[in-house]
Amino acid sequence: MTRGVLLGPQRLHPIVDKAADMLGIDGRIAAVTAGWQEREAEDQELCAALGNRAVNLMLHARAETAFREDPELFAAHRAKQDRLRQLQDLYRLRLASHLKAARRVQQAQAPRDLIESELEEAVQAIRLLDAHHVVKTQHIQKDFDRKVKPLERPAVVKQLKEIEAILAGCAGVAIAGGHVAVLYNRLRLFDLGPRLADLPIIAWSAGAMVVSSRIVLFHDSPPQGRGNAEVLEGGLGLFPGVVPLPHARRRLNLQDPGRITVFARRFAPATCVALDERCFIHFEGPRWSAGTNTFQLRTDGHLVALH
Amino acid sequence: MPAMNTRLNPPMKLAIQSFLAHGPVDAAAIDKFLRAHSFPLIEGRNATFVYRGPGDQVNLRHWVFGLGSSQPFTRVGNTDFWYHTLELPPQSRVEYKLEVILGGVGTWIRDPLNPNLAHDPFGANSVAHGQGYKTPAWTEHDPEARPGTIVETQLEGTPLGTQRVSIYLPARFRESRRYPLLIVHDGGDYLRYAALKTVLDNLIHRLEVAPLVAAITHPGDRIGEYPNNPSHAAFIAEHLLPFMEGRYPLYAAPAARCLMGASFGGVASLSTAWRYPGTFGRLLLQSGSFAFTDIGENKRGPVFARVVEFVNAFRENPGKPSDKVYLSCGTYESLIYENRSLVPLLQSTGMDVKYEEARDGHNWENWRDRLRSGLSWLFPGPLWMVYE
Repeated sequence: MTRGVLLGPQRLHPIVDKAADMLGIDGRIAAVTAGWQEREAEDQELCAALGNRAVNLMLHARAETAFREDPELFAAHRAKQDRLRQLQDLYRLRLASHLKAARRVQQAQAPRDLIESELEEAVQAIRLLDAHHVVKTQHIQKDFDRKVKPLERPAVVKQLKEIEAILAGCAGVAIAGGHVAVLYNRLRLFDLGPRLADLPIIAWSAGAMVVSSRIVLFHDSPPQGRGNAEVLEGGLGLFPGVVPLPHARRRLNLQDPGRITVFARRFAPATCVALDERCFIHFEGPRWSAGTNTFQLRTDGHLVALH
Repeated sequence: MPAMNTRLNPPMKLAIQSFLAHGPVDAAAIDKFLRAHSFPLIEGRNATFVYRGPGDQVNLRHWVFGLGSSQPFTRVGNTDFWYHTLELPPQSRVEYKLEVILGGVGTWIRDPLNPNLAHDPFGANSVAHGQGYKTPAWTEHDPEARPGTIVETQLEGTPLGTQRVSIYLPARFRESRRYPLLIVHDGGDYLRYAALKTVLDNLIHRLEVAPLVAAITHPGDRIGEYPNNPSHAAFIAEHLLPFMEGRYPLYAAPAARCLMGASFGGVASLSTAWRYPGTFGRLLLQSGSFAFTDIGENKRGPVFARVVEFVNAFRENPGKPSDKVYLSCGTYESLIYENRSLVPLLQSTGMDVKYEEARDGHNWENWRDRLRSGLSWLFPGPLWMVYE
C-alpha cells in the first residue's frame, strides 16, 4: 500500500520537510527532478529543504544517456511521442465540441430538470471520450513496450541498475514538478511506478499529477486557445481517487460555478483537489486526508475545504 | 445643458445631470460633488470630464480619430466649474489633456482630477478608462516572477555606424539551451513606456511565452532609418542578427526570429523582412504606419513619403516576407484603415496572420496591452505542460 503526501507548489513556501516528517521518512530521500529537464541537477534548494539528505536519481540525464547509446531506442521513443501528440490533437478536436455542448446545455433556457438531465448526458459523453483517450494512449505505450522492450536494452538496464542501487539506500522519494509529460516519460521509461510504490512518496505540482491515475492538463484562461482541460495520459496510478490541480487559484476560474461543475462532474468519482501553496493530501494506502486550506472542487460548483 | 451625443444611453440619468438639477450650484455643492466622485466619471458608455478653475474656455483635447479633437466644456453659470460628457464605449482607453484658455492664451494641462497618467517620449497624458478596462496584471511588477537581465552592448561598423543594443536575457538563462530571438525597434521606448522588461519577465514566468532573448535596439534618427531604409535593414539582417546568433545560444531558424515594432517601427520590421525574405519567420507589428495611396499624392506629409513608396511597392508585390504575423491597431487611430487593409493582403501571401483591434489610440500603453496576445501567439510558452 503506497503511502505519500501530494503537495502544491514548493518554490516560495516549501513544506516538503513537513511532508517527510508526516511520512516518518528517516533516511535518505531519492529525488526526481526530471521535470526540470536540463536544469535537473540544480537541486540545491530542494536538497536544503529536505535537510541535505536527498540524492538525485537524475532520470532526465540518464534517459539522455540511454538515448545517445541506443539510437534505435531514441528513434522509437520519439516516434511514440509523435504518435501520442497526434492522438492528443485529435482528442482535443473532439473534446472541444463535447465541452462546448455541455456549456451550451448549461446556459440553455429550459426547465431546470431538463437541463440537469441533458447536462448529465453531456458530461457522460466527455467522460467516455476521456476514458477512450486514456485507453488509446495505453495502447500506444504498450505497443512501444512490446516492440522495443526498453527494460531489456543494455543502455536502459545499465541505468536502471544504478537507479535501483540508489533506491535501495533510500527511505523515501521526492518527485518535483516541472514539465509533466517529460517527467512522466522518464518515470515510465525506467518503469519506476512499481519500483517507487514500496517507498513513501512526496510529490508536488507535476509530480503529484503523474503519480495519480489520470494526468489532467488545465488552464481556464490561456492567452491562446479555448482553455479546455484535457487528459494527457493515465498516470502511474499510485494514488488513485484524486485529481491533483496544482496552482488551481492561478490556473482555474474558481469564481465560475458552471465551469467548476462540469470539471468536477467530468472527473467524478475522483475528487478534484486544488493544490495551491501550503496545501497537501496525505495518503495512507487508499485512505487520504487533506491539510487545512486544501479545497475540493465540488460537483455543485462550489469550493469546499477538505479538512 | 447642451445636447449630448445622441448615442449616449438615454434612460441613464448621469451624476452630472442629477447634480445640476438639484439646487444651486455653489462652491460648497461643487466641493461636495468633487469629493463624492472620481474623474472622469464613468457611467455606462458615458464619461464626464470635469474641470474646476479659472478660464475663458476649456476644451477636451484627445487623440481619438473620428471625433473632433477639441471638445468644448460647458461652464456652469458663473462658477469656475466646467464639464463635458463624451461617449466612451466599454474597454476604451483614451489619452487626453485639458486645454484651458485664459486671456487669449491656451495652456494644455493634465487633468488635475485624474491620477491616471500614461507616459510617452513627449511627456505624459491623462488617461480615461472606459467601463471594463483594467490595466492588465501582467504589465505590472510581480514579485514572484524571476527577473531577466539586460546587458548593454555596442555594435560597431554597421551601415548605421555604431549602434547601441540592449540585450534581454530571460531568468534562468543557460548557455546550454537554445532560445528564440526577438528584435525590438524603438526598444528604449518599449522599455520605458510599454514596460517591456516587466512584461517579458511576467509572461515568461507565467509560462505563457517561451523564454526568449531580445535584442532591444535604439534608433538614432528613426524617421530616416525606419521607412524602408536599406541601411537599416542591412544593420538588422547582416550585422545584428549574425552578432546575436554568434554570441548567444539561439535557434538559428526563421521560425525563431521575430521582428517587432510599433508605428514607424512596424514599417521598419515589415520592410526589413521584405528585403530579407526567408530570414525572419515571425513579425509583431503594432499600429504600423502603413500609409499608401491608390491614386494621387500622399496626404500625410513628407515624413510619410518613403513609407508610402514602400507600402505601395509592397502592396504591388508583397512576396512572402515572413510566415506568421501578429498585427494590431487601435480603433481610435487614424491608421486603422491602413492596418485593416493590410490584413487580407498579408493573408493572400500564405502567411498565418492574427489581427486584433482595441479601443485605444496610437500610444505605448495600447502597444503594451497587446504584447501578451502577440508574443504568446508567436512564441507560445509551455503553459499547458509545466506545473512547477
